[in-house]
Amino acid sequence: MKVSYFPGCTLKNKARDLDLYARRAAEVLGVALEEIENWQCCGGVFTTANDEVATKLSSVRALKDAGEKGQPLVTVCSACHNVIKQTNHAMQTNAAFADKVNRYMGADGPYCGETEVYHYLEMLRDIVGFDKVKQAVVNSLAGKKIAAYYGCLLLRPNTVMHMDDPENPTIMEDFIRALGAEAIVYAKRNECCGGYISVECPDTARKNSEAIIRNAKAAGAEMIITACPLCKYNLVKNGADIPVVYFTELLAEALGVKEDTNGN
Amino acid sequence: MQRIGVFVCWCGSNIAGTVDVKAVAEALKNEPGVVFSTDYQYMCSQAGQDMIKEAVKEHNLTGIVVCSCSPRMHEATFRKTAAAAGLNPYMVEIANIREQCSWVHKDMMTGTEKAVILGKAAVAKVNLNTPLTPGESPVTKRALVIGGGIAGIQTALDIADAGFPVDIVEKKPTIGGKMAQLDKTFPTLDCAACILTPKMVDVAQNENIRIFSYSEVTEVSGFVGNFDVTIKKKARYVKEDVCTGCGACLEKCPMKKVPNEFNLGMDNRSAIYIPFAQAVPKVATIDPNACNMLKNGKCGVCAKVCAAGAIDYTQKDEFIQEKYGAIVVATGFNPISMDKFDEFAYSQSKDVITSLEFERLTNAAGPSAGKLLRPSDGKHPHTIVFVQCVGSRCDACAEKGKEYCSKICCMYTAKHAMLTRDKYPDTEVYVFYIDVRTPGKNFDEFYRRAVEEYGVKYIKGMVGKVTPEGDKLKVQASDLIANKQLHIDADLVVLAAAIEPDQSARPLATMLTASMDTNDFFTEAHPKLRPVESPTAGVFLSGACQGPKDIPETVSQAGAAASKVIGLLAKDKLTGNPCVAGSNELMCNGCSSCANVCPYGAISYEEKEFRMPDRTTKVRRVAVVNPAVCQGCGACTVACPSGAMDLKGFANSQIMAEVDAICK
Repeated sequence: MKVSYFPGCTLKNKARDLDLYARRAAEVLGVALEEIENWQCCGGVFTTANDEVATKLSSVRALKDAGEKGQPLVTVCSACHNVIKQTNHAMQTNAAFADKVNRYMGADGPYCGETEVYHYLEMLRDIVGFDKVKQAVVNSLAGKKIAAYYGCLLLRPNTVMHMDDPENPTIMEDFIRALGAEAIVYAKRNECCGGYISVECPDTARKNSEAIIRNAKAAGAEMIITACPLCKYNLVKNGADIPVVYFTELLAEALGVKEDTNGN
Repeated sequence: MQRIGVFVCWCGSNIAGTVDVKAVAEALKNEPGVVFSTDYQYMCSQAGQDMIKEAVKEHNLTGIVVCSCSPRMHEATFRKTAAAAGLNPYMVEIANIREQCSWVHKDMMTGTEKAVILGKAAVAKVNLNTPLTPGESPVTKRALVIGGGIAGIQTALDIADAGFPVDIVEKKPTIGGKMAQLDKTFPTLDCAACILTPKMVDVAQNENIRIFSYSEVTEVSGFVGNFDVTIKKKARYVKEDVCTGCGACLEKCPMKKVPNEFNLGMDNRSAIYIPFAQAVPKVATIDPNACNMLKNGKCGVCAKVCAAGAIDYTQKDEFIQEKYGAIVVATGFNPISMDKFDEFAYSQSKDVITSLEFERLTNAAGPSAGKLLRPSDGKHPHTIVFVQCVGSRCDACAEKGKEYCSKICCMYTAKHAMLTRDKYPDTEVYVFYIDVRTPGKNFDEFYRRAVEEYGVKYIKGMVGKVTPEGDKLKVQASDLIANKQLHIDADLVVLAAAIEPDQSARPLATMLTASMDTNDFFTEAHPKLRPVESPTAGVFLSGACQGPKDIPETVSQAGAAASKVIGLLAKDKLTGNPCVAGSNELMCNGCSSCANVCPYGAISYEEKEFRMPDRTTKVRRVAVVNPAVCQGCGACTVACPSGAMDLKGFANSQIMAEVDAICK
């Protein structure tokens, strides 16, 4: 199965692991991730600000590109996913916004939100299937106690994201269980780490992140997984004393492709 | 040709202020059929009515047009006047020149012109009116009450006291409903069981009442005064008339790990069980999903220990057919599921409970024998946070909650908070609310007592997150008045879950052809003036099945529903509305279009033999309207493709004549 793939800026820099393991794991699972040509930054930061069109154009181009190939668009980074999904939703439901964007796009022609957007986790659940992921596991993670950290961008707003119940999500827990590990459920898994506020007001981000780590550990977690580079940054920076890794790394490990043939 | 009298009312200045009534009377004088036309200040007054009666006699009138207010106001009045003068009451037409004319126009010219047109339309219709006689049907003098909670109990008792037999159908093994699960009742704080159980005993002992417990209504047909109902008596594997309720079987039953639904799963019961000590009927029931004997034939202990020999593993569901004159729906409510509100961590911690669970925790017959102890570790909670409106008034989250106010939560939360502070003064109690809504007799005083005398901390704001950590529940909330975030380490969190109609309500509504709103509450015939009647004749509403209600309100509505039932059953015959649909069987082709749109199930079909022009006979399927069920809504007359359906009193020809008169 071929899908269009939008890695995002951070995945080419700080979050290379998130990207690298996503590609290796997809290969094992029989999904060809075709990176969108000449993709640009999704337009991150203010994900809900759709009064502002210029930063959304790159998202629309990526969506349109995938659509023209008749492929779903797959993302990995929580922030990219949120922006692209929200932009797509605005293209479907906000005629004024769509009109404005399409005028900017000019000769590229109109786009009205036809492309389907999947987060990599949704791809595993809905396209590949967690049972198939389970079958493909070669290094079972049995015995490991792993806490999923969703953060806020992956699930909200639910009326647009439709990924999972935002107050009681299970997709990442199901993912962890598919890899053979024990999923630790804790209340703060869908709370905000502080996000970009770590720039403006690091104390607030620290308070939030510490509370999340404390809650996960109190519930028995030995490791935290996330899909978001910013979440990982905040948790690690604010004193996570258990490993915080990208979910794709865990997947690659379970599928036996964490290291390439050269041992890298 | 009719001889029509026209009577134009001034209604003081209500009509005469904007309509030249004399000009109207004058203009209508020359309409076809009109032999007399006049005006008067108050046509509905005794003098006005006498004037009509005299005119009928003097001018030999066969039809009357009254140009006055809406027919909803005084059509009945003028029909009686006509009848008193010897006319068929259905020979009266009202031209509404008040609500639909004088009240909406400012200009005398326009008002007068429109009043004349409306009058002409009414005259045109009366020209085609025919005398109508309402049909009669007998009344079965027995009532059915569906649901055995406090609503059903009160309705049944009131009907029975008036001397009519009543059957209560309750799906659970005992009557009592939600009220039986409550600890105390607001605003007087008397114990729920103390005031409910005597009523339950009254029901059991009343000769006019039969209880079908562990039973469901599976089929309803017929119409007001004449319902045919099938009741499924589920097999309880215990002979009801033999069991003495001694409880020996409960003690000896080896399967003791069945979640006890009466205590909301907070403790266990045996596979054979009596829901609670004061259950009515007090007989045991075997849970077929838990009983080893029923599942795999291995056990039989209860049969061995039953001295009365009441156990019968071979019992089957039994179906009972009964006739009723009236049906009362009293199916009640349930708290909504907390599955979609996991920000309060209901699924993650045993110490996050719903208010109904709190009732059981503080009830002497509950899982902790009335001591307020945390479900997780049995310790006494020192800080309790109550969260109101969980799922109620949920505007933005309609997909997970309810848009409406559940009405009872403010009061029972105040009760819980007050009782906690009273019994355990060392406990800190917080209540988070959007608004405190406590209208009702002695209700606001009750809430203020909680705040002022018992020191309950009421905070305006919602709880955003509950995080179980260690043995605490970390509550994060906003205080909207102080404009700050609060962090409270609580030992127990109590959620005032929204309430919704019982799930049995919707299929029941379909069976009864009774209408419901979008929240599955039964709709009343009129929200103000007919609050206990369903729009479907003979179906009445009692309690929370119609909308959220507390006990005092439920009991008053239950009594009101009973009085309506008594009024119906007291009649020997029912006079129907003659303005019902009728099918011209020569034109009917049996296509079922009419039956498909009929909201009352009034149309059936029969095979009828017709004589053909060539003197042969042919059997055709034709529609037949049951006039006792038909409400005269007219849906079928529109749906009928061959024009066979017509509505008496509102025939297509009459409506067209009105339209023609208006357009002339």
